[in-house]
Amino acid sequence: MLVATALVLLMTPALAFFYGGLVRSKNVLNTMMMSLASIGAVGIVWVVAGYSLAFAPGTGWLGGGAHLLLNGVGLEPKGSIPHLLFMAYQGTFAIITAALISGSLVERMRFGPYLAFITLWSIVVYAPVCHWVWGGGWLGTLGALDFAGGTVVHVNAAAAALAAALALGPRRDYGRQALLPHNVPFVLLGAALLWFGWFGFNAGSALAANGSAVLAFVNTLFAPAATLTVWMALDRLRTGKATAVGAATGIVVGLVAITPAAGFVGPMGAIALGALAAVPSYCGILWRSRTRLDDSLDVVAAHGLGGATGALLTGVFAAAAWGGSGGLIEGNAAQLGKQLVAVLATLAYSGAVSWALFKAITWVATVRASERLQGRGLDVELHGEEAYGSGEGAILVLSERQNRDAQPKPLPRVHTIADVLEI
Amino acid sequence: MKLITAIIRPEKLNEVLEALFRAEVHGLTISRVQGHGGEVEAVETYRGTTVKMELVEKVRLDIGVSDGFVDVTLDAIKSAARTGEVGDGKIFVVPVERVVRIRTGEVDVEAVTPVSR
Repeated sequence: MLVATALVLLMTPALAFFYGGLVRSKNVLNTMMMSLASIGAVGIVWVVAGYSLAFAPGTGWLGGGAHLLLNGVGLEPKGSIPHLLFMAYQGTFAIITAALISGSLVERMRFGPYLAFITLWSIVVYAPVCHWVWGGGWLGTLGALDFAGGTVVHVNAAAAALAAALALGPRRDYGRQALLPHNVPFVLLGAALLWFGWFGFNAGSALAANGSAVLAFVNTLFAPAATLTVWMALDRLRTGKATAVGAATGIVVGLVAITPAAGFVGPMGAIALGALAAVPSYCGILWRSRTRLDDSLDVVAAHGLGGATGALLTGVFAAAAWGGSGGLIEGNAAQLGKQLVAVLATLAYSGAVSWALFKAITWVATVRASERLQGRGLDVELHGEEAYGSGEGAILVLSERQNRDAQPKPLPRVHTIADVLEI
Repeated sequence: MKLITAIIRPEKLNEVLEALFRAEVHGLTISRVQGHGGEVEAVETYRGTTVKMELVEKVRLDIGVSDGFVDVTLDAIKSAARTGEVGDGKIFVVPVERVVRIRTGEVDVEAVTPVSR
């Protein structure tokens, strides 16, 4: 479980590369920071309150306050692993879920309000939904199956991404210029590292090194393989060429789709599920890019449609012999209904609360980057750095301390071209 | 014939190209350049090192046009590249002695007239 926790944490930097490669070069640092910063802000808030609200005993709707500030979270066993480790493992899920939202907000949002949004979101949206499914809440009691977070992580993040993108508005250049990925190898690197980390995400969700973990591991290998194959075939049929960005997207969609089903379906079911899951997301991406909805990196199509398809197909392919309660194929149509309830409840709650939270932040802060700022790029304007700067024309600004040391004949604080010319 | 050299903001390139194509100016060369035009320098910090970036990324357009197209071209660039802030760039118009189209050997005005397709 220690290794699985580290693997899931790796998914957040992997997402940073995946998203970072998809944006323009002037915004790559901001985009990558949107993912990485989640490890800091959301990680700390998870320890302070998120874990307690998700997993402490409470009502069917929300956990209690028994574990605030990790009160009572020690090395005693929780299931088969130490409670502290369980808390950390779940924390890595909260971090990646919040980071996923950034895909619909890139290239136009100021950094402070973004951090405030995902941090508060992890408390008011992630923690309750996580409690519903895994913390002893009403969806878990209902019998909805979600092995590793199809609804909790992916549908949840996608609903928030959709709501936030609507509240934020599109990028300055959206629909007027082609906004192309600046580094496709980054996208492929990110997708590959996500896949690697996802073994910890899905197999680790068995919370033990047992048969269920083996099943989830194998399904995490072969379901995305099926999605990838179908995705390339769809690409080939539509444009005549299998694209690299398409392949990376197909991998992520397959991983998302198998997530809720990983420990409940057999390997052949997983392959069928992975293959089927390619279709709605593929169509969703094509449709979205023709609308005014600037879900810039297609969080809704990849994670929303992929997650919902996976959650529903879990209700179809779940096999009692492999550890799930049987699904539609085994004659248990009610399971499909339960899966639908879980998806719709998550969509509705996350969508509505995320939208309200985002609007509340726009009342107290300037959320959108101005036109000028978007034009110059968020890296230089918001972070004071360039990803691919040559260093030419950079003039050293001497620090205050060096000035004091240089007494009594102070150096000019700043050397500019103008100073040099005067000399 | 004139050679028009324009230095513009990179983020305005697409708008300028659109305006030029609309004005039926089709032949041009662009290059990415760095320069200094009196704008406020961006301050960047990398760990303990703080620097002022004196050189700013710009795009340079080189367009060879016949005399009748000079004003059209200037207007297109001026209106599309302008933001009103320091750093919008400059346009230089220079006389040209001779132009040759390599493929056909056409010279001067014929050489800067777009190929009919």
